[in-house]
Amino acid sequence: MPGKLKVKIVAGRHLPVMDRASDLTDAFVEVKFGNTTFKTDVYLKSLNPQWNSEWFKFEVDDEDLQDEPLQITVLDHDTYSANDAIGKVYIDIDPLLYSEAATVISGWFPIYDTIHGIRGEINVVVKVDLFNDLNRFRQSSCGVKFFCTTSIPKCYRAVIIHGFVEELVVNEDPEYQWIDRIRTPRASNEARQRLISLMSGELQRKIGLKVLEMRGNAVVGYLQCFDLEGESGLVVRAIGTACTLDKLSSPAAFLPACNSPSKEMKESPLVHPPSHGCRSTHNSPIHTATGSRLTQNFSVSVPTLIYTGMGSGSAGKEGGPFKALLRQQTQSALEQRGGSPHRFCRRREFPFFTLTAFPPGFLVHVGGVVSARSVKLLDRIHNPAFVGIMGNTRSYKLLDWNSFNSDEPETRDAWWAEIRQEIKSHAKALGCHAVVGYSESTSICEEVCILSASGTAAVLNPRFLQDGTVEGCLEQRLEENLPTRCGFCHIPYDELNMPFPAHLTYCYNCRKQKVPDVLFTTIDLPTDATVIGKGCLIQARLCRLKKKAQAEANATAISNLLPFMEYEVHTQLMNKLKLKGMNALFGLRIQITVGENMLMGLASATGVYLAALPTPGGIQIAGKTPNDGSYEQHISHMQKKINDTIAKNKELYEINPPEISEEIIGSPIPEPRQRSRLLRSQSESSDEVTELDLSHGKKDAFVLEIDDTDAMEDVHSLLTDVPPPSGFYSCNTEIMPGINNWTSEIQMFTSVRVIRLSSLNLTNQALNKNFNDLCENLLKSLYFKLRSMIPCCLCHVNFTVSLPEDELIQVTVTAVAITFDKNQALQTTKTHVEKSLQRASTDNEELLQFPLELCSDSLPSHPLPPAKEHLESASSNSGIPAAQRATSVDYSSFADRCSSWIELIKLKAQTIRRGSIKTTVTVEKASPVGDGNFRNRPAPPCANSTVGVVKMTPLSFIPGAKITKYLGIINMFFIRETTSLREEGGVSGFLHAFIAEVFAMVRAHVAALGGNAVVSYIMKQCVFMENPNKNQAQCLINVSGDAVVFVRESDLEVVSTQQPTANCQSSGTEGEVTT
Amino acid sequence: MTSELDIFVGNTTLIDEDVYRLWLDGYSVTDAVALRVRSGILEQTGATAAVLQSDTMDHYRTFHMLERLLHAPPKLLHQLIFQIPPSRQALLIERYYAFDEAFVREVLGKKLSKGTKKDLDDISTKTGITLKSCRRQFDNFKRVFKVVEEMRGSLVDNIQQHFLLSDRLARDYAAIVFFANNRFETGKKKLQYLSFGDFAFCAELMIQNWTLGAVGEAPTVPDSQMDDMDMDLDKEFLQDLKELKVLVADKDLLDLHKSLVCTALRGKLGVFSEMEANFKNLSRGLVNVAAKLTHNKDVRDLFVDLVEKFVEPCRSDHWPLSDVRFFLSQYAASVHSLDGFRHQTLWDRYMGTLRGCLLRLYHD
Repeated sequence: MPGKLKVKIVAGRHLPVMDRASDLTDAFVEVKFGNTTFKTDVYLKSLNPQWNSEWFKFEVDDEDLQDEPLQITVLDHDTYSANDAIGKVYIDIDPLLYSEAATVISGWFPIYDTIHGIRGEINVVVKVDLFNDLNRFRQSSCGVKFFCTTSIPKCYRAVIIHGFVEELVVNEDPEYQWIDRIRTPRASNEARQRLISLMSGELQRKIGLKVLEMRGNAVVGYLQCFDLEGESGLVVRAIGTACTLDKLSSPAAFLPACNSPSKEMKESPLVHPPSHGCRSTHNSPIHTATGSRLTQNFSVSVPTLIYTGMGSGSAGKEGGPFKALLRQQTQSALEQRGGSPHRFCRRREFPFFTLTAFPPGFLVHVGGVVSARSVKLLDRIHNPAFVGIMGNTRSYKLLDWNSFNSDEPETRDAWWAEIRQEIKSHAKALGCHAVVGYSESTSICEEVCILSASGTAAVLNPRFLQDGTVEGCLEQRLEENLPTRCGFCHIPYDELNMPFPAHLTYCYNCRKQKVPDVLFTTIDLPTDATVIGKGCLIQARLCRLKKKAQAEANATAISNLLPFMEYEVHTQLMNKLKLKGMNALFGLRIQITVGENMLMGLASATGVYLAALPTPGGIQIAGKTPNDGSYEQHISHMQKKINDTIAKNKELYEINPPEISEEIIGSPIPEPRQRSRLLRSQSESSDEVTELDLSHGKKDAFVLEIDDTDAMEDVHSLLTDVPPPSGFYSCNTEIMPGINNWTSEIQMFTSVRVIRLSSLNLTNQALNKNFNDLCENLLKSLYFKLRSMIPCCLCHVNFTVSLPEDELIQVTVTAVAITFDKNQALQTTKTHVEKSLQRASTDNEELLQFPLELCSDSLPSHPLPPAKEHLESASSNSGIPAAQRATSVDYSSFADRCSSWIELIKLKAQTIRRGSIKTTVTVEKASPVGDGNFRNRPAPPCANSTVGVVKMTPLSFIPGAKITKYLGIINMFFIRETTSLREEGGVSGFLHAFIAEVFAMVRAHVAALGGNAVVSYIMKQCVFMENPNKNQAQCLINVSGDAVVFVRESDLEVVSTQQPTANCQSSGTEGEVTT
Repeated sequence: MTSELDIFVGNTTLIDEDVYRLWLDGYSVTDAVALRVRSGILEQTGATAAVLQSDTMDHYRTFHMLERLLHAPPKLLHQLIFQIPPSRQALLIERYYAFDEAFVREVLGKKLSKGTKKDLDDISTKTGITLKSCRRQFDNFKRVFKVVEEMRGSLVDNIQQHFLLSDRLARDYAAIVFFANNRFETGKKKLQYLSFGDFAFCAELMIQNWTLGAVGEAPTVPDSQMDDMDMDLDKEFLQDLKELKVLVADKDLLDLHKSLVCTALRGKLGVFSEMEANFKNLSRGLVNVAAKLTHNKDVRDLFVDLVEKFVEPCRSDHWPLSDVRFFLSQYAASVHSLDGFRHQTLWDRYMGTLRGCLLRLYHD
């Protein structure tokens, strides 16, 4: 009996009136866990009952603790008829199962009913007593921490990153059971909610077991998804990255997403943990040399993607001979590289990482995006026994359910294994042994399902992946050579055997290695990358009509369309990138959605100008009929327009790369073209169908030939994308390259739009235009709505497209708007630097065990020289290339570090004595405006209300604040249904209210855990179905994120021992908050 | 291409003050969009009309959902569905309960019943305030009335506690509730020159001095007094006011009173002769108003009587306000020197308030 779950029902409030006669309610509560149920007394005639129950105790296995949700049902007592349900609360008690997270769940939870929505609130207290269980064969995995965040969580440090974990569970969807015909919608919805809750619990436990097997203690970048396959069932699948994490005793503040601070501290006392946006500086000159040695025989390369076509249904085709050849070469190349052991490659089946941001030094090279798709027929593969008799065999199915249910996961597993295999081989073709920023998705329409996987092929620093002794690894790394800041751009594949044709030049940063002309990736921009100017959101949008068809014919049709879509999406992306004057895409996410009669493609990415890559060329327009005068005029007019746009964009995004004369760069690598041709022809002869070459190797990639209306339209659509209004920026990555002075105001939002296409104009062009307008208008609306936040940036803009019905297109956007300080950019940067510097010195002091006096001396002001240096490096993000930057001194020994540090302090002391008090003042009263703002902010309404503010953000951090504790994963699934759609304000009113309710329930759960924010929040699913004729609608929403406690930077400085003020209910957080 | 569904939900609920005002003013979405276009917002932001339409719809939906909570403002504070910063919550409540001067003048002192609600059409036409807005304001009055009607304790405090209004607005509501409860006539033509502020001022004085609550002691026998302390006038006090009649009924007393006042004011009053000539009429008017207050009907006509019996005569003689002030002070104070008059406290309670009211009512 390894666990005791204790639940207390305290009170309710704002209950609905259940008895019309008295306008009151006789409420009581059922508390259910597993098969045990307790009841409270009936509290007569009150809308604000005070049950104040005893502690209900459940003695359960920890396996059940992980799988089962706690189910609380509020009912209205009725003497004569059946008791009426008011609503339910499901509480996931997983966060109570690991020691570092929450210790108690206590607070007001909205009482939710799938038909009526939120109906009042209930105050509940939940505790768990876990007994230690040393049974080695246990099925539970209590203690493994889960994070949705796709980087190493802020207050942890990665000791080892083990690698990919995945699992899936399958069940029948209650909505499609025969019993659904006779039960109420409410019962059906609740069965579904409960089942999914149970399945995700089970899934998480199973993944946890895998992690324990790998000797990890956490899953980072955990992504759980549901496939609602309809008749054929319900799949819950998850992927993540197993890690061994260490909690930092004194977490360094304000680290950007991926920095593992302890490492940095140790490099040299001069290295400061960067504040948001300020990139870390560890530029040790010697690293370049060895870095290059490491990759000497194995580098060259290129942009972009290898996309694959897709097998229709049956097991995917194996790569052709060309592919095999490549793989061979890769293999041999890998072997040549002797030095670096690829142990994990051998050990792990799939060297995939769901992370998008990494500890410094982790990422050595990036090859490009790899993706694979596969079209599957759901019922045919999945229950072969019933082929031919599907349709009205529900009851029949139920009988046999168990028999084929058991082997079903294998089918799904096999599908995914196939795709992952393909991804792996693509990565190898790019000379990479790993895939980072990996994700998987599905799109289902009736019985057709498209499985997609994508990621970025990369070469990683093997040190992080070793199992060996934990502590040694990081220490050793210091001795190792760090790749330079441009290292990740260098091609990982062999110049002579490029997997696809590409234009290579010497790196504009180090001049030693080859870089491609364009780089596409699915990851976040590495923090140490040098970017010129600002980034921007780039989207490619595409629709293709498809004939309605059944089963195999349908799957074939889709399979045939996919390569063309991929190609066009890629072309669009490339053109738009050029139009913006940029040369790299980060966070690329291509979504292909299948509908009854069309396919939609939506690619979103953040374009940037990487200093290491060459300046992109313009776009040339060429006509087919050069003799026609007016036509030529038209062309030149278009050309001018395009050139103007490029110039305008360069100005808008502040892209002013330094002019570099040809001699320095060196001539481009001789005859790349020839070689690529050779390669290309090979590939054409060998494997035309599956291997789709998108790199435009044959013609100059950026000549657009407008020889037909299609191309014309393309050019037009290029020019119709309107830039955001001034003061607005947008990106789909964590942070906006080129903006680093975030202020604390954030606004997370979800926006949903559905348009109905008139069936008359269903041509590809019309469709494209409609879709394009839909997305553009949506963005425009967002800019307008958030205009009060200017200057601000929409970060992590996440578009999801679905095709709920024949003529409906649904687009869902979730993003966060963050304000930044435009005017005081320099000032703030400085302040940040100074602040972080102070912190760095404190942290260093702890790490190096310096005597306290030194530190206290250093605190009031700061060493001047390093600040300057840091300023430079910070500003380098927005302009100065790395080459011109001062490099920090590489201290070889501890003693050296100490002495030089002491010298620094002396220096600083002198500076003060000389009377440069100005500096001191600015340090102490760092941006009084900002601080004032925090304090002037209306105090959390603790005084007169019990509702604490809970922030939500899709990012892994909160600007201007420090995350002090992770409380556990939030993973919630809700169904809402209505049979009075008009009365609830139509579809918009219905969904608006539902999404607001979902937010409310997420916030309530976080607050009950003692948290005050959700980071890495994501709405994974928003399935909306309507039937206006019947006045009905139904919506399913699945959200997840990490519940955290954060402390404002300003609060930290004022009183370091203060409680997080925004949260009135955090009872178990003291002690964690202090630094 | 038609938009089937179009929503925006923020973690912090976005409140656009301008749109909120339009919504409160009862404009339809179409009208609101038109008004916003006219405000030049499109030029400022570079947005399109479609964007404005979608934005307005969103806000209207939000307000519609919030309205249920605004009916019981403490609920707005405790609810979990909309995360709204406290300052914004206060703004939402305050604006929702704010009312138009023109509207409140129409319904002030009327019974807040269905019958009056039917007249809102006319009021809307007359005032140019949309019917929707009229309904909201009327319903607000009625809601506040219903909630505080049965409550004991200070009217203003009760309103503030249950509706979380600012002090100023809570006082206004107290006046509205007080007027509605006592059904003071305010609609007569001769009262048209008075503003809501004038009445609210008088209401406050009356609540402070003439109600049960004003006496400062709860009724000793709880069940004997079911009146609300701040809302109903002190019946005993009204009964007692009859005693003041002696001031005009007893001719000697009246003459003595007059001579005292005249002596004191001689040379100090610009309109002395008019005062002297009118003294008896004025005094009779003021005392008779007091004596009649036992009848409900006469209570309702209080303001009509005051204007008829005092304000109008003085105004026709062109008394300056300062002279009215002098006169009233002296008129009230002189009674203390009347040896035969025994109801000094009663007189002070009556005249103190009346004096304040009259001064406020005395303007063009």
